[in-house]
Amino acid sequence: MGDIGNHLNFIIEMIFVKNILLSFFLGMCTYLACSKQVSTAMDLGLAVIFVLTLATPLNWALGEFLLRDGALAWAGLPGVDLSFLNFIAFIAVIAAFVQIIEMFIEKFSAGLYNKLGVYLPLITVNCAILGASLFMWEREYTLVQSVEFGFASGLGWAIAIMALAAIRQKLRYSNIPVGLRGLGITMLVTGLISMAFMAFAGMNLAQ
Amino acid sequence: MASGELFSDENKKVFTDPFSDNNPITIQVLGICSALAVTAKLQPSIVMGLAVIAVVCGSNIIVSLIRKLIPGQVRIIIEMIVVATLVILVDQLLKAFAYDMSLQLSVFVGLIITNCIVLGRLEAFAMGNKVWPSLLDGLGNGLGYAFIIALVGFARELLGSGSVMGVKVIPAEAYELGYSNNGMMVLAPGAFILLGLIIWVQRTLSPQEES
Repeated sequence: MGDIGNHLNFIIEMIFVKNILLSFFLGMCTYLACSKQVSTAMDLGLAVIFVLTLATPLNWALGEFLLRDGALAWAGLPGVDLSFLNFIAFIAVIAAFVQIIEMFIEKFSAGLYNKLGVYLPLITVNCAILGASLFMWEREYTLVQSVEFGFASGLGWAIAIMALAAIRQKLRYSNIPVGLRGLGITMLVTGLISMAFMAFAGMNLAQ
Repeated sequence: MASGELFSDENKKVFTDPFSDNNPITIQVLGICSALAVTAKLQPSIVMGLAVIAVVCGSNIIVSLIRKLIPGQVRIIIEMIVVATLVILVDQLLKAFAYDMSLQLSVFVGLIITNCIVLGRLEAFAMGNKVWPSLLDGLGNGLGYAFIIALVGFARELLGSGSVMGVKVIPAEAYELGYSNNGMMVLAPGAFILLGLIIWVQRTLSPQEES
């Protein structure tokens, strides 16, 4: 398998074992607020996959060519280190990028806009997007890795929210103690889903 | 908003509500992301709580000061810039004075920017209120948040590693008698389940309308 195996391995690990939601707790707010129906969860999941796959490499390029220590060497400024600006630069890129996508979709596909349009502004403040960029920065991924990481994280997030939405739809008919209804039982269910996902730890496709 | 008196009843309510009846985490369901990630130990939870208090108060004050100058359509972006700037300050301070802690918290300091509590308070309170009540509101919400994550951090460290603030509190005799630490508490599922239980207790004590 070799090379392809390594890439697959990386993607599977990011989807299941190091799931951005279930083991790093990113994107919880949207996850809790928009998981009452499977169809909503699915649309939102697609939007997150889309934005993450594109925004992570975009921020990678920003980091590589503008922010990192010595990254400005191409502009004749080898001694400049702008890495302290990474938070503000990443969030600005994400906000602007999401805005552009929204305008683009609105112009070219009314159907898709009706489906995703409402969720796009929400995604700007979704910690999963900024979190993925920051992890990418901290773990010093390459371009290929950052594309894979963005895609895999998005897919992992989408799978998690769809699973929760499906369970919550069933939960509507169960008799839950009053204080546990809503948020409480959702957190307990999330804990159980998270345990299930951890069962993938130690999987290795590289051999 | 009542002005004049610094500690009028209304101002007091603004400050104390977020502790129980309107807690940002357990009732408003905001800012859960970072609440869980840093709480495997008590010490980082406390530092994180302090960082969030500083950012919420600071951004509430600044946005409340310039609220009349901000045009409606671009207010989110302006709020984001204010928050991001404050978070960079906090991050640089941590790196300068508590480097180990900043390594431990890693990306989660940066994620205060997208912590919904901060933006939520700016939108819901600071945009429409004077500076002093905004400061109280920020302080109250920050403390309400810090209280819950300290609680989760305390329980996870106690049950998961048998210590508090890095000091062993479960005596060696207990281990000899067959007690063992619950490794699940250190991992992600422990955090979810613990927070679920805390929410259960809180909502039983002060019942809420569930929509």
